[in-house]
Amino acid sequence: MNKILINFAHPARARSQMNNALRKSVEDLEGITVNDLYAQYPDFLIDVKREQGLCEDHDVIIFQHPFYWYSTPAIMKEWLDLVLEHGWAYGSQGKALEGKLFFQAITGGGDDSTYRKDGYNAFTIGELTSPYRATANLCRMTWLPPFTVLGIHRGLPAEMIEAHAKDYRRAVTALRDGTLDIEKVFEYRYLNSDLNTIIRSS
Amino acid sequence: MEHFLLQLFIFLAASAIAVPVAKKLGLGSVLGYLIAGIIIGPFCLSLIDNAEEVMHFTEFGVVMMLFLVGLELKPSLLWQMRTPILGMGGAQVMLSSLVIGGTAFLFLPWQQATAIGLILSLSSTAIVLQTLREKGLMDTSAGRSIFSVLLFQDLAVIPMLAILPLLATAAMHADSHHNAVLFDISALPQYLQVIVTLCAILLIFFLGKFVSRPVFRAIAATRVREIFVAAALALVVGISLLMTVVGLSPALGTFLAGVVLADNEYRHELEGDLEPFKGLLLGIFFISIGASLNFTLIGNQIALIAGITAGLMVFKWLVLFITGTIFRVAKNDRPLFSIALAQGGEFAFVLFQYCKSNGVMDAHTVEPLISAVAISMFLTPLMFLVHEKFMSQTPEDDTEKREADPIDHQGQKVILAGFGRLGTDLGRFLISAGIKPVIIDHDPVNVEVLRRFGFEVYYGDITRLDLLEAAGASEAELLIITIGDSDRAGKLVQLAGKHYPELKIAAVAADRSGAYALMDLGVSTIRRETFGTALTLGQDALKLLGFDPYDAYRMMRIFRKNDEGTMPELYKILREDEEKYISQYQQHNADLENLMTLDMNADMEHLDKAWTAENPEI
Repeated sequence: MNKILINFAHPARARSQMNNALRKSVEDLEGITVNDLYAQYPDFLIDVKREQGLCEDHDVIIFQHPFYWYSTPAIMKEWLDLVLEHGWAYGSQGKALEGKLFFQAITGGGDDSTYRKDGYNAFTIGELTSPYRATANLCRMTWLPPFTVLGIHRGLPAEMIEAHAKDYRRAVTALRDGTLDIEKVFEYRYLNSDLNTIIRSS
Repeated sequence: MEHFLLQLFIFLAASAIAVPVAKKLGLGSVLGYLIAGIIIGPFCLSLIDNAEEVMHFTEFGVVMMLFLVGLELKPSLLWQMRTPILGMGGAQVMLSSLVIGGTAFLFLPWQQATAIGLILSLSSTAIVLQTLREKGLMDTSAGRSIFSVLLFQDLAVIPMLAILPLLATAAMHADSHHNAVLFDISALPQYLQVIVTLCAILLIFFLGKFVSRPVFRAIAATRVREIFVAAALALVVGISLLMTVVGLSPALGTFLAGVVLADNEYRHELEGDLEPFKGLLLGIFFISIGASLNFTLIGNQIALIAGITAGLMVFKWLVLFITGTIFRVAKNDRPLFSIALAQGGEFAFVLFQYCKSNGVMDAHTVEPLISAVAISMFLTPLMFLVHEKFMSQTPEDDTEKREADPIDHQGQKVILAGFGRLGTDLGRFLISAGIKPVIIDHDPVNVEVLRRFGFEVYYGDITRLDLLEAAGASEAELLIITIGDSDRAGKLVQLAGKHYPELKIAAVAADRSGAYALMDLGVSTIRRETFGTALTLGQDALKLLGFDPYDAYRMMRIFRKNDEGTMPELYKILREDEEKYISQYQQHNADLENLMTLDMNADMEHLDKAWTAENPEI
């Protein structure tokens, strides 16, 4: 059984329906640790040793956050800057994260059609998340395509939120139990593009 | 009595006139005193008699100065300085004695030449230290090197006193020994003399380490200030007496006592109380040197005396320069190091008299030498001026200048007034940040307790100017006021503003109206004593009520920023309203209401607007 760390970052959590629903759907699962960065470090003073310890204790690392300005909320950048130390995360001696699985779980306002070369946002999610792909590469982690929920706005129907939450729970559970087909995931743009084909029935 | 008062008046008036004039002309106080001495002396206005007697009495100023210097030197620091003291000081005294003695040997018998060499190797502690202090050079690397050499010279006087009588060429006078006031230990056998001397030194250590603290505390608790002054004077005079009895230099004895008391919490109080006495005695001492310049003699033997003076200064300068090079005094410091010590000292007056009475030299030989020493002392402040002029003209060498230790220096830059509940945490914080403040507190019990925990706390009333000065206000960069009593805090702000306009001030106010009172005095960095804690506790409360921790944190920050931002505006309103004679109480309530409505509207909205993503297409 894989242990899964979810680094959660949302500066205005009280007003995010989707992120709360996603988080709630996995919080009670065995082997899952939710690490709320804004709640843990409201003054941004990140405890590097604690964070590194958490990473070392888990096999899968998820960054769950809203897609702010084609990137993460500010504290996640601070987290990367401080926690991923040379000699620990990268460099010839830095092998603490080697072989771990990494992916982002992002929620965004514009829908899928806006994230295209000819779309409103001019770039694909794959292109925009490439810094994290590069980070995972440098830290010798296995990068997976992001779990992506797009077209978020206020007043979404409850069943839609429910459906995304269910998918998230399914994907996280499959990663935990090793029933997710890592090879097959790369055929899709998003981790949740077609969960039925990439999860083996155990 | 009348005569004494008249003499006193002349001395005091002369210094009151001469020193400000000299300072105005950029000459420094020492030169001012010396000139005043010449003017009121027998060869100008002839207003005073027996200047030499006055000189002997006021030599005590040197003793006090060394006590005060000792107070600023902790034993650990003194131990660190052992190499410069023994090495540099030893080399300077030996080489100078050899060179000067060797030159004198060309004209005089070897006994006299040796005596002259030894005596003239000494420099003037009084003039040099006073000038260094005035120029703020005491705490520089050059200042420390100079001080090391002076300290060794003071030590060297003791063996000199023993050696000089052995060089006698003429028959000794029967009354060469001083008449001891208490008892004469030279009547004792040799080994007992040594034991008595050692016991005297041990006594100083014992008194300083164990007895002084409870005694000072008891005296401080009476809160009668002059008793503390009396005790401080009695301490210095008593040690001098003790040292004289056992045949050691009083200056050295009091210096030792000063070192022993250097980490005593009453150190700044002692400094503040003795400083005026020392200053006055030294001032009069300098005046008497000026007055004792024998111009008839100088006129008659001008070539000889000028030759001796020039030789003395040039040889000493050379020896110092070589010593400085050998002991790796920084290149930039060497000129100052050499110039500062290239003169004869006040000990020369004493030792030449001693030689005369012991039959080493006759008056005919001694008098031109004394004049030369006096002239060289007179020239020293001028040499400092020349040095300053010369050095400021040479282009600055940045890389070498930056060698000074900045952290060590920064430590002395903060005075923390008040070390109560708030001051304690503040002090701990500053110390952990590598800033070592000079801490002054007014409560003897508090000081006692904190010292037991290893804090460097001093007892004293910081609202007194002399204590503020002793704490280093003229060199400090920042004064932090954490005194709860707003009247005393205000008094301190005014005192500091008046006498040290360059000193930055950060202050704690008990509450909003206390902050306004400080704003009245022009303080701009003010924190309200309980404000920070109130808001942090508020943040905790929100968290316990289920607010998201980050929201609670932001609420706190936003409130704090708004509140601090509106302070100047509300201050203005308050002061204007006061003119309209609205009672303080009503005003307080009105302010409160005003504040409350302001907060209710603003802060939640602030939080609400953040991170609300809208679709840019809309």
